[in-house]
Amino acid sequence: MEIDTVLWSRLVTGLTLTFHVIFATVGVSVPLMIAIAEFVGIRKKDPHYILMAKRWTRGFVISVAVGVVTGTAIAMQLALVWPNFMKLAGNVVALPLFMEVFAFFFEAIFLGIYLYTWDRFRNPYLHWLLTIPIVAGAGMSAFFITTVNGFMNQPEGFVLEAGHFAAVNPIEAMLNTATPSKVFHVLTSAYMTGAALLAGIAAFTIVRKGATAYYKKSLNLMMGVVLVFGLLTTVAGDVSAKFLAEHQPEKLAAAEWHFETESGADLIFLGWLNAEREVMGALHLPKALSFLAFGDFNAEVTGLNEFPPDEHPPLIVHYLFDFMVSIGFLLLAVSVLYFLFVLWKKRNQHNKLLLWIIALCAPLAFLAVELGWFYAEVGRQPWIIRGYMRVEEAATSSPNVMPLFFVFLLLYIVLGVLCAIVLRRLFRNNPADAEFERYMQSKPGEGERT
Amino acid sequence: MISYELIGITVLWLFLYGYLIVASIDFGAGFFAYYARLTKQDHLINRLISRYLSPVWEITNVFFVFFLVGIVGFFPDTAYYYGSSLLVPGSIAVILLAIRGSFYAFENYGSKESIVYLFLYGATGLLIPASLSVALTLSEGGFITEQAGVVSLEYFKLFTSPLSWSIVALAIVSVLFISGTFLTFYASRAADQSALKLMRNYALFWSTPTIIAALTAFIYLSQHNERHFQNMMDLWWLLALSVGFFMLALWLLYSGRRYGLAFIAVMLQFFCAFFAYGIGHYPYILDPFITIQEGATQESMGIALVIAFIGGLCLLIPSLALVFKLFLFDADYVKGKK
Repeated sequence: MEIDTVLWSRLVTGLTLTFHVIFATVGVSVPLMIAIAEFVGIRKKDPHYILMAKRWTRGFVISVAVGVVTGTAIAMQLALVWPNFMKLAGNVVALPLFMEVFAFFFEAIFLGIYLYTWDRFRNPYLHWLLTIPIVAGAGMSAFFITTVNGFMNQPEGFVLEAGHFAAVNPIEAMLNTATPSKVFHVLTSAYMTGAALLAGIAAFTIVRKGATAYYKKSLNLMMGVVLVFGLLTTVAGDVSAKFLAEHQPEKLAAAEWHFETESGADLIFLGWLNAEREVMGALHLPKALSFLAFGDFNAEVTGLNEFPPDEHPPLIVHYLFDFMVSIGFLLLAVSVLYFLFVLWKKRNQHNKLLLWIIALCAPLAFLAVELGWFYAEVGRQPWIIRGYMRVEEAATSSPNVMPLFFVFLLLYIVLGVLCAIVLRRLFRNNPADAEFERYMQSKPGEGERT
Repeated sequence: MISYELIGITVLWLFLYGYLIVASIDFGAGFFAYYARLTKQDHLINRLISRYLSPVWEITNVFFVFFLVGIVGFFPDTAYYYGSSLLVPGSIAVILLAIRGSFYAFENYGSKESIVYLFLYGATGLLIPASLSVALTLSEGGFITEQAGVVSLEYFKLFTSPLSWSIVALAIVSVLFISGTFLTFYASRAADQSALKLMRNYALFWSTPTIIAALTAFIYLSQHNERHFQNMMDLWWLLALSVGFFMLALWLLYSGRRYGLAFIAVMLQFFCAFFAYGIGHYPYILDPFITIQEGATQESMGIALVIAFIGGLCLLIPSLALVFKLFLFDADYVKGKK
């Protein structure tokens, strides 16, 4: 019975986070894309980009709404489903949680202003300036929340006395060892994913309805962002792996099925384990794990067998890790290929196959974000606060968690479907080129918002 | 030197008061919008309502999360007791908030108007304050038990308690009264005579039930928690001020002038009553499990939170002022010319 409640608690939280992460990623990344598009539009005096910023904003507010409500849900679920965790950790991580709300508040205020002031400033840069607090607020929200996750992995900034955290240093807890690599990775991958989403939409529309100036520009701009943040995400992934190797070796070892400590360790890709826990059918990259972990092909990498068996993370994380990394490299490769085609005149960057692949990259990017978070969370098991509190000690004792899982599942299905329907209706009946013509005719009078 | 936990609870209580006002406007507006549609008067007020709500609804929601995160931060024990016992009612409130927020966005930023969305929007506007007010009832003690480390809520006792129902009733009518008064003021700023007339009627209609519900809840409180009641009686002057502001608001609404002042009077009415209630509650956050002194977080965290709070306010107050300037006090925007 006890185990069941814990499992259902994990499932409820996992469900909410899985759903929330989609909208959180959009919420963090799309403001930057809007800011870039509006800036380019003002700079080049090209109304296509201005319209791009407007249309993206319109879609963005709907996804923000779902992000706000699921964010509220997770904020309440932390206390409702994990009361013992919040009682203990609340003493140490309340500061970033509190500041996250401030950051979001800030973002929400300026988003409200941004939405309703398209035509209220004479100098267009003044309106563009409003995107800065939105982008910064969204980025800071991501930063603060990620520090809490960092704390769960690297609890620092306190002394444990008789089951309570004492001598608390909130700043030290917030800027724990895990924070820099995690924040870097979360932000770069979010920006890459947001750009991949918008590029995917543009590519898909070109395939279906033919290439128009609006979508070509949109595709080009966003592929540029994918390229830049694809490179940065690769660096961030490398930094994260080096962090894990040094500070949380069991998590990296589990992801790599690296059981025995050895020098010059191989990187294992895919494969499976037989009954004796031997790796079968995998692709071995000689000594690559040592290089990934320490930047030295002969470095010694700690194996999972150094840790007590009841503290091993589930070995399934190997696949989560491998697929996440593969998708990341795929996105980078696709954006490089796109720009090679752009530069190499003989090839057409708008050929159907490439466009289809770009369109496919959008859902794949979100899948990679999900897999990355699954890896981060499942890879920390059995701990909720690594080394201090196990997941089963943190969960609620209430037996009602199981039905709640299904209620929330239903809620998220309804919200997700409605969100998709509303977004579809918003844009399908109002294609960009038709709107562009209306926009050019109505300029410089009333804006098109009603 | 005032202690950090007192600063903490004061700040939180101010935030909860802020939420009470802005959320009431929002919740009540939802109900009025739906009711007006049913009685075919929606053409009079719905444009006015959406003009005000569109830029601010997210801000309203954040006020609530703020309070939530703040109270868990300053008083981590609240997470343990309220979290454990409120799993079901809290989750219901989450679901209602989720439905309300997203459906509002779907309706407003989406394209088509739908009576279903509007109904959900109106219904949740009354159900959310009702479900959230349960937390206030629980704080009076007697509904939460702790046995062998397991915290649980006595549902039967809660649902049969006249105190809990009187608080629910008070929450609902207050929402409608606050919202009605605000929208009357907003209509007068927009110089929209037909909307003004309708909203003024709503505001006047809900004024008397508000004071009756408040008195009823007060009487049931005296039976349920004698200590809290006595503490509030010692603050009789605050309660008297509250009634005074109520009379002022009523008189202004009735005589049909100075609607802005009428709304301020309503805000002050609730401010006095809310603080009389809160100060009377001292020192308990949850009677008898959590007191402000013993439930407080570590001093270093408390001070860090207070500093973060002051820093945050320095950012937020100018931004909020900008919002008000652009959307609330810009006569052209209110009138729909921008």
